[in-house]
Amino acid sequence: MNDGDKTRVLDVRDLEVHYDTREGPAKAVDRVSFSLRAGERLGLIGESGSGKTTVAMALMRLSRPPARIAGGEVLLADRDLLKLTDAELRQTRLRDIALVPQGAMSSLNPVMRVGDQIADAILAHRRDLNRKAIRTRIVEGLANVGLDPSVARRFPHELSGGMKQRAVMAIATSLAPKVIIADEPTSALDVVVQRQIIQTLGRLQDGLGAAVVLIGHDMGLIAQFSDTVGVMYAGRVVELGPVQQIIETPRHPYTRLLIDSLPGIRERKALRGIPGLPPRLVNLPEGCRFAARCPFAFDRCRAETPEQQTVASYHVAACHLYPQHDSLPPITASEDTA
Amino acid sequence: MTAAPSPRRAFSGLRRSWSEGRIAPALIWGLSILGLIMLFCLLGPLFIEPRDALVGSVLPRQSPSAEFWLGTDAQGRDMLTLLILATPNTLKIGLIAGALGVGFGTILGLIAGNFRGWADAVIRIVADAMMTIPAIAILVIIAGNIEQMTVEIMALVVASLAWMVSTRTVRAQVLTIRERSYIEVARVNGESSLEILFREIMPNLLPFIIASFVATVATAILAVIGLEALGLGAPQEMTLGNTIYWSQQSSALLRGMWWWWLPPIIVIALISLGLFLTSIGFDRFANPRLIRA
Amino acid sequence: MSSELARYIGMRFIQFLVVVFIAVSVNFFIPRLLPGDPIESLIARLQSAGGSQEMDSQAIIDNFREKYGLDKPMMTQYLNYWRDLFRFDMGVSLSSYPQPVSQMIRQALPWSVGLLATATLIAFTLGSVLGALLAWPRSGRIIRTIVPTLLVLSTIPFYLLAMILIYLFAVLWRIFPPGGGASPTLIMEWDWPSFVNIVHHGMLPGLAIVLGSVGIWALGMRSQTVSVLGEDYITFAEAKGLAPRRIFLRYGMRNAMLPQVTALALSLGHVVSGAVLVEVIFNYPGLGALLYNAVRGQDYFLVQGVVLILILTLAVLLFIIDLIYPLLDPRIRR
Repeated sequence: MNDGDKTRVLDVRDLEVHYDTREGPAKAVDRVSFSLRAGERLGLIGESGSGKTTVAMALMRLSRPPARIAGGEVLLADRDLLKLTDAELRQTRLRDIALVPQGAMSSLNPVMRVGDQIADAILAHRRDLNRKAIRTRIVEGLANVGLDPSVARRFPHELSGGMKQRAVMAIATSLAPKVIIADEPTSALDVVVQRQIIQTLGRLQDGLGAAVVLIGHDMGLIAQFSDTVGVMYAGRVVELGPVQQIIETPRHPYTRLLIDSLPGIRERKALRGIPGLPPRLVNLPEGCRFAARCPFAFDRCRAETPEQQTVASYHVAACHLYPQHDSLPPITASEDTA
Repeated sequence: MTAAPSPRRAFSGLRRSWSEGRIAPALIWGLSILGLIMLFCLLGPLFIEPRDALVGSVLPRQSPSAEFWLGTDAQGRDMLTLLILATPNTLKIGLIAGALGVGFGTILGLIAGNFRGWADAVIRIVADAMMTIPAIAILVIIAGNIEQMTVEIMALVVASLAWMVSTRTVRAQVLTIRERSYIEVARVNGESSLEILFREIMPNLLPFIIASFVATVATAILAVIGLEALGLGAPQEMTLGNTIYWSQQSSALLRGMWWWWLPPIIVIALISLGLFLTSIGFDRFANPRLIRA
Repeated sequence: MSSELARYIGMRFIQFLVVVFIAVSVNFFIPRLLPGDPIESLIARLQSAGGSQEMDSQAIIDNFREKYGLDKPMMTQYLNYWRDLFRFDMGVSLSSYPQPVSQMIRQALPWSVGLLATATLIAFTLGSVLGALLAWPRSGRIIRTIVPTLLVLSTIPFYLLAMILIYLFAVLWRIFPPGGGASPTLIMEWDWPSFVNIVHHGMLPGLAIVLGSVGIWALGMRSQTVSVLGEDYITFAEAKGLAPRRIFLRYGMRNAMLPQVTALALSLGHVVSGAVLVEVIFNYPGLGALLYNAVRGQDYFLVQGVVLILILTLAVLLFIIDLIYPLLDPRIRR
């Protein structure tokens, strides 16, 4: 993770996003760091409220009040996105870093034809293209996501959910960005369509050689797609590592409980929820944010915030169990009922 | 039963707003202005001689002075006295008309939303059609054909044209509320549709009914004043609209007798502004979709 | 034309017919159901006036009796009323006997439509733009002061604003004429002086309508825009790197206009009601003043005719808005 690889296309360092509330700032994203090389696929997973969508918005610098980017760096090929002027930022969006948004169903302007919505994305960055060249790009873009050229003349309401999502992906990739942020691109779609969309995203990514951050709450989909998985809990990345290792030997107790709560990924067993709720993020005391729900928590967990540490090759976790332990101890029955 | 939220917490939205100090400033302003006008109506009569508002009781055409604070009109009436007596009369007509209109509108809305089918279709089409008809046209037809206009008839006439807003609001709300889980629970528990209507749906409607009441009173007051300004009101009543009418009849505008028409206009504007602010203030919590930004 | 669009237009047309039907029926039945049949009482009034009038009252009375079939059943009279309407026959004026009501209305209608359409269009456009700007986070402080001021003005009824405007601009400062549609000496032609004269006279009544409604449009547009700006397609448009101006116009305002146009259709009735009174205050030669004078002179047929045309004109305008709407919203067009 920390090798100074020059091929890194996205480098996020200590990103902080705060929500301003009456009682003070809520640290919705707290010192989140990760980086991607060209062509790498990172899956970011967490419960709702874990801050994963907030990260996505911050990566596009689209955070809106009450959310506010409070610190950190988002380096795109050594340029800090957070320090760009408004005009530079506009040029960078879509050309260097593109968003496939969460609400794909509602992300298209209902009163504009799909083709026009692709065209104005291209035109915002490429004033040099003539009408015909844009037309060609629209047809190509639609074909890349498996849509017929006739879709360009349609309005969003005339498309199915899956087609809308594809149209949104066609827009997002219309300028061949180096980084794609896909924020739960399959929410509100049925399972079959979800898989097709993820496959399409994979094909697009291969074709462009872009790096992708796929954000979601469905470990199955994330695991199917990603090379690396980051697990978020209460605004922090608690574990980050290769997908195989994360699933087979999770090091953070939260990751473990998250995977155990899924049916079918490992062997069949009784479905188990994680007891308790995530903490409120305002005026958080020192200590591990997961301590209150953690079956392994001990005194230090409540007193000192754990920092990320390497637990295996290319694998980090933020947990006080390490480096004393090699891996997670088994969960005993008595702890399970807590 | 325990899983469903209690419908009796209809005002929880308001209470929450109060406690979080987030109550719309519009509502505070609106209610303050209305309170001020109330105070004017209640305390005013203590300081005046009602007889001064009769024709010929004081010197006519006097501009404001120490004796006649707001001057006198061409018929020899003290304007301040007139204003103090006229304002509550105007408010009264507006309130009666508003209450009648909202009552009528609510009942129609409940019928439309609750029973659906053809009753709903007819009520909806008629309400939509009525909304597009300029009220003044029908008011004029009715008012022009009534021999002796009285305050009560006037209120009734205005109410008959001011029910559509509450019908639409109530109908839409009934349709939404019916979909909520606690209605399902009540139905499973064997409550009859009337029971459901009065015990489960009505309490939830209250904020919306209050909001549309405020809006309807505003409409009604303005319609009444408009009719009176046209000379179609109850002529013997002392009201703001009639005052405007008489000032127009005597060309007070061109004769520069601003003290005749300006004070009633200011009072009307204040009433209107107060009601308007109150109604958008209410909208904010009656219609949570508006709470943004 | 697809079936959805046909269905939409069909529904709107039915709505239009309902308005027409209600208008005509109300117009016919209300006077007849109220105590004291107006035509009978009218006849009585004319009879008592007797020969002292210049016109031949007996002839008028006979004319009425025959024309309205007062001895026939109510239903027959009602059908006759419809029949006459289709021939644009709305009876004759009593105060300007024997001028046909339809002719008087034809003279007044262009004044009203001209004044109202211009003033409403200006108020609606201006209000919508101001309201949208008020909701736009990037707009400046000027907008944030202007709009609330206009909003306060807009809670005052048009005709009261009209009185204040007359006092200020016609009595105190004498910039604009205090009333009328054009100078009495003006010979109306399709030329520049006539146009200027008419606009000069229309300024104050127009201003009263604009000031009285612009704030309301702005308030409506503000809340529509606020809710549109929260939509996902705005966020995505920003993610596309579009210029703020384009997002505001093509993505924000363009969508916020849809409910705003619906609101326009619903409030036109209010605007017309207010405009009628404005015309009265200015003695403007339109339908409003005609109506007022008809009421004052107990000119029964004229009142009925004007009210009917007022409602019908509005219904036609609304129907036109309804027909335009699918051009704005593709979801209806299909």
